[in-house]
Amino acid sequence: MCLGVPGKIVEIYEANGLAMGKIDFGGVLREACLTYVPEAKVGDYVLVHVGFALNVISEEEANETLALLNEIVNLEEELPTQD
Amino acid sequence: MSDENQPIDFLGAYCPLPLTHSEQIVIGHGSGGRLTYDLIQSVFATHLTNPLLEQGDDGVALPPIDPEFEIVVSTDSHVISPIFFPGGDIGKLAVCGTVNDLAVMGAKPLYLTAGFILEEGLPVDVLEFIVSSMAKSAEEAGVAIVAGDTKVVERGKGDGIFINTSGVGIRPRSLHISGRNAKVGDRIILSGPLGEHGVAVLQARGDLGFLSDLQSDVAPLNHLIAGALEAGMQDRGNAIHTMRDPTRGGLATTLNEIARQSNVGIVINEAEIPIQETVISVCEMLGFDPLYMANEGKCVFIVDPEGTDRVLKAIRADKYGSKARVIGEVVSDHPQKVLLKTMIGSTRLVDMLSGELLPRIC
Amino acid sequence: MDTKLRYGFRDTKLVQAKVRQIQKLVTRPWAIMEICGGQTHSIKKFGLDQLLPPEIEFIHGPGCPVCVTSLELIDKALQIAALPNVIFTSYGDMLRVPGSKGDLFSVKANGGDVRVVYSPLDSLKIAQENPRKEVVFFAIGFETTAPANAMSVLQAEAMRIDNFSLLVSHVCVPPAMRAILNSPSNRVQGFLAAGHVCTVMGYWEYIPIAEEYRVPIVVTGFEPLDILEGVYRVVRQLEGGTHEVENAYSRLVTYEGNRAAQKVIQQVFEVCDRKWRGIGTIPKSGWKLRDAYLKFDAEHRFDTQAIETQESPLCIAGLVLQGLKKPYECSAFGTLCTPQNPLGATMVSSEGACAAYYLYSRNLESPKMNHV
Repeated sequence: MCLGVPGKIVEIYEANGLAMGKIDFGGVLREACLTYVPEAKVGDYVLVHVGFALNVISEEEANETLALLNEIVNLEEELPTQD
Repeated sequence: MSDENQPIDFLGAYCPLPLTHSEQIVIGHGSGGRLTYDLIQSVFATHLTNPLLEQGDDGVALPPIDPEFEIVVSTDSHVISPIFFPGGDIGKLAVCGTVNDLAVMGAKPLYLTAGFILEEGLPVDVLEFIVSSMAKSAEEAGVAIVAGDTKVVERGKGDGIFINTSGVGIRPRSLHISGRNAKVGDRIILSGPLGEHGVAVLQARGDLGFLSDLQSDVAPLNHLIAGALEAGMQDRGNAIHTMRDPTRGGLATTLNEIARQSNVGIVINEAEIPIQETVISVCEMLGFDPLYMANEGKCVFIVDPEGTDRVLKAIRADKYGSKARVIGEVVSDHPQKVLLKTMIGSTRLVDMLSGELLPRIC
Repeated sequence: MDTKLRYGFRDTKLVQAKVRQIQKLVTRPWAIMEICGGQTHSIKKFGLDQLLPPEIEFIHGPGCPVCVTSLELIDKALQIAALPNVIFTSYGDMLRVPGSKGDLFSVKANGGDVRVVYSPLDSLKIAQENPRKEVVFFAIGFETTAPANAMSVLQAEAMRIDNFSLLVSHVCVPPAMRAILNSPSNRVQGFLAAGHVCTVMGYWEYIPIAEEYRVPIVVTGFEPLDILEGVYRVVRQLEGGTHEVENAYSRLVTYEGNRAAQKVIQQVFEVCDRKWRGIGTIPKSGWKLRDAYLKFDAEHRFDTQAIETQESPLCIAGLVLQGLKKPYECSAFGTLCTPQNPLGATMVSSEGACAAYYLYSRNLESPKMNHV
């Protein structure tokens, strides 16, 4: 379930009383409702599911996770395994 | 009623002249009478002129062909909504579709016929635009539209316009191109990035509300294919064994057809398959797989390994083939199946498209 | 950031390193359930199950809302969609789900106005543009979809759009996990919790489950590295004998989740018993519209007759959804039941376990294809 894709907010506006945003998904623009992410700013990445941003993606956490993952590779390179 | 006995003033009576209906299609445009004639003169004859069409008879007599060639015929009906989309329209599609069907048979396309089914209410200038677009594509492909027909259906019984095109081409008798000819060891060349037509049309429909600068890849491929065939010439026949355009059903369906027809296995490498970033984005958004998206200006070549470099070079020299890549090969394992080596080093089955492509939500 | 978010979590080198890390860690067989159909899809699409050591078995969970929507509700949808004054709107993959007689495609072929939308807001817009028509939205989904569906109701109310209603089939993950764990034949030893459900709901709900059933639960995303990281952490706990809730999707998921979304869900929906296709009724496992929003409830608005529903006797979707059988263990798999002619819902949605097996690994030499 739950196809959700990250996109970057390029514009924030209001429509019919709802906070809406123009979101850039790697070169594709689509409108999404931003009412559940009141803290979101232009330039932030959000996860969008069925037209609604469900959360702002934490760049800090994303970087940290990737850095942790990279550590395994570095560790392996330093300590070659038997296999 | 009270005027019943009044004498009628015949001087003021006249038969109203019928309207010319030059702005939109009415049922009478399909009657075969005056309106039809006017439409042919004002729209079709203006854009599609050649001596064969101008014969004006019920059919067209074509010049004889060299006995070293055989005749290849193909037909295709074009129904598309919307009729205009980024990068093309139903007219361009109707010409390119049939030109490409002939070209992938190894034939040089020469003549097309065009049958139009118009819906009442279609603006005449829309029709004119479509016909001029057909003329442009026919000119680019170097084919002549030599016969045509127009019918009109009542409003609500058509989708604006449907076009059927049939095509005639010639192919050297010595050339054997077929879906049955793929051989173990052959390389698979794809002439360019996948999915642009499918995504552009989806976008133009507007239901799913996304925007991008993506254009349909619809194009006549006969010159590209002619170049590839020339480069593929070698002593024991042509290096190109199979050609096919991955239209509806996409690359996945085309490769599955070939694997079944030739009773071989096919392996493709995800990392080598060209796909534009925007196409990937739309597909991820809607839960589609670019391998199943329609193309209208791409060709798959199955080529003898020795000729691959030459053929690839020739394809890349054409403006529609600059991003061509070798994406995989024909193998003896797993006959009739297509496998994909993913970027992360695993292998999975690539099946044919089943039914309609539907956006996943979820 | 753009490409990092998109491709960083698919990096081949990192994927392979993560797989080696799992290989080193695992000492015996473990059965792990990925709850979410989206994760099932990723596992099959990226071939992750083949990369992993044979000790790791994925049991595909019931997290495909299209698959678990009850036959009764689908039959209701078919009835409503066939009404002359109705525009029936739905997410795409619901159109092919077979009811007792036909699917939404066949309703459309018979003249029903059935439209695919991307968002319930699109459906609301159709209602606004067609004031003389009744516009119904098939509101299926787990917690992920609920914020959107709830907001469409609030918007309809605020904008006084009276010709809009929802046919609601909302289901919730935690009760389904409990139902699976309570089953006497349960084989699941650890869970990958659905990352996007947790984006909305947080992961506090899973802490009592992990505690009570002594089962590790790891909140997991959808990219290959996300899933491998989830597997790694579950295996680490299983091998170490712990049972905690861990968050391996911290770029989107927090302990408390999205409070603003939860508040709107609470306002519009209330907990109800829900029948799951292939599983049966799970108490308190769904959401329905609160009485205050009854006028937006399509079941209330349209008088649908009770129909006797009929499932194919061959279909083992229920066992597949509970992780008791693999799709290829079904006698009809790939022969009588295919995506073109599905007998059960798990073959319909491309997220369904049977469809995922059919599309990505059918007829390969070994069903699991480890180390090919």
